[in-house]
Amino acid sequence: MIETIQKFAPLLWENTLVTLGMVGASTLFAYLLGLPMGVLLRVTDRGGIMENHAFNSAFGWVVNILRSLPFIILMISISPFTRLLVGKAIGPVAACVPLVIGAAPFVARLVETSLAEIDTGMIEAAKCMGATNWQIISKVMVRESVPSLIRGLSISTITILGYSAMAGAIGGGGLGDVAIRYGQHRFEPKVMLLTIILLVIIVCVIQIVFDRLSTRLDKRNR
Amino acid sequence: MIEISHLTKKFNDKSGEVTALHDVNLSIGRGDVFGIIGMSGAGKSTLLRCLSTLETPTSGTVTLDGVNLHTLSGNDLIQMRRRMGVVFQGYNLLMQRTVRQNVAFPLSLAGGDPAETARRTSELLELVGLSAKADSYPSQLSGGQKQRVAIARALSTSPEVLLCDEPTSALDSLTTKSVLELLRDINRKLNVTIVIITHEIAVVKAICNKVAVIDASEFVEWGDTQEIFAAPKSRMTRQLLGYEVMNDD
Repeated sequence: MIETIQKFAPLLWENTLVTLGMVGASTLFAYLLGLPMGVLLRVTDRGGIMENHAFNSAFGWVVNILRSLPFIILMISISPFTRLLVGKAIGPVAACVPLVIGAAPFVARLVETSLAEIDTGMIEAAKCMGATNWQIISKVMVRESVPSLIRGLSISTITILGYSAMAGAIGGGGLGDVAIRYGQHRFEPKVMLLTIILLVIIVCVIQIVFDRLSTRLDKRNR
Repeated sequence: MIEISHLTKKFNDKSGEVTALHDVNLSIGRGDVFGIIGMSGAGKSTLLRCLSTLETPTSGTVTLDGVNLHTLSGNDLIQMRRRMGVVFQGYNLLMQRTVRQNVAFPLSLAGGDPAETARRTSELLELVGLSAKADSYPSQLSGGQKQRVAIARALSTSPEVLLCDEPTSALDSLTTKSVLELLRDINRKLNVTIVIITHEIAVVKAICNKVAVIDASEFVEWGDTQEIFAAPKSRMTRQLLGYEVMNDD
């Protein structure tokens, strides 16, 4: 085992960094898309500050359809678009495109759920103070749900990590790629085991860090 | 100052149309502490929500100094809302912000000068006796303290009217007394007109110079508190005063 670790350490280290980079960048962009989508779902919902039933159900459908596509199918089917956007369809950078598109609707639902936890009384109070809709969204809804949004962030980061391992199957790079190429194709069970251990560690670290951050930022727990 | 005329509010729900307020008329004068009392479901909260522009009446009008509240929109509506402070039964404080940030919130929404906002906030915290708690979070406060913060917050834009929806219903009797004293002080010192919705006769007796009794979506009696309570004409008023036993049927 020690021999295997020594032999594969540089490869595993390099691909851990690739995975972290891929997951970090994809999560960031998934939130840039998913956060506004989630806000839109919430505010146009029944009882929302910009209630709009037609828009809400149409947009809800789009989100549901995108969420129903198996990630691996999404990845292959949008590869022409990926190529158009980043110039190639293979490799870690290219993998970010389907990762973002696959995760954004999931993030949108998580954000929507977090925002729905906000007491409507708080929103009405802000209205009475003369807040604009934009101020209610930014200074009340999003600001007050930060602890919950961070808990959602840990769920989505870990989900994206799972997707990124799948992306490895078709040349996405990273730890998933190592598991497939060395563990599966070259039949090196020890390498497979090491990759899995690394992934488990990454998942635990993400979970613990975000949980602590959320608890620490939540001023209701004092 | 506030004129309510022929105000009717109907809601549609699964069981059909429900009339929450029926042809309500009322005049609230500047400097009044006006109590609106009634049983649960009588329509008093709906009335306050029409005053605070959270609800739009089905018909009739509410005017403040002659301006119809429900024809306003956009910036005019926002400006009007800043002339009225609202205090809720459930406080509705921002839980992730400190006491100071909560009180400053309406002013920061209005984009006020930060130095002036800070000065005004300290002044209000002093008024409600919570200067020492300025950097605490709402979760660290008692119910009475939370309501004081909510009152300070409602006063930050220097409103002419304070609308209070059951402000003491979640508080114990001693805390209720001190919150009511605070409201009376505010009325006297700052000359703010106060409208209080309540189901507790003690609240009206303690601080209201005027009262209106609401029963089944309509006002049954209104006028000077002392006169009304000395010689109650309606059955509901007598029941609220405990002179007559309530029938449950």
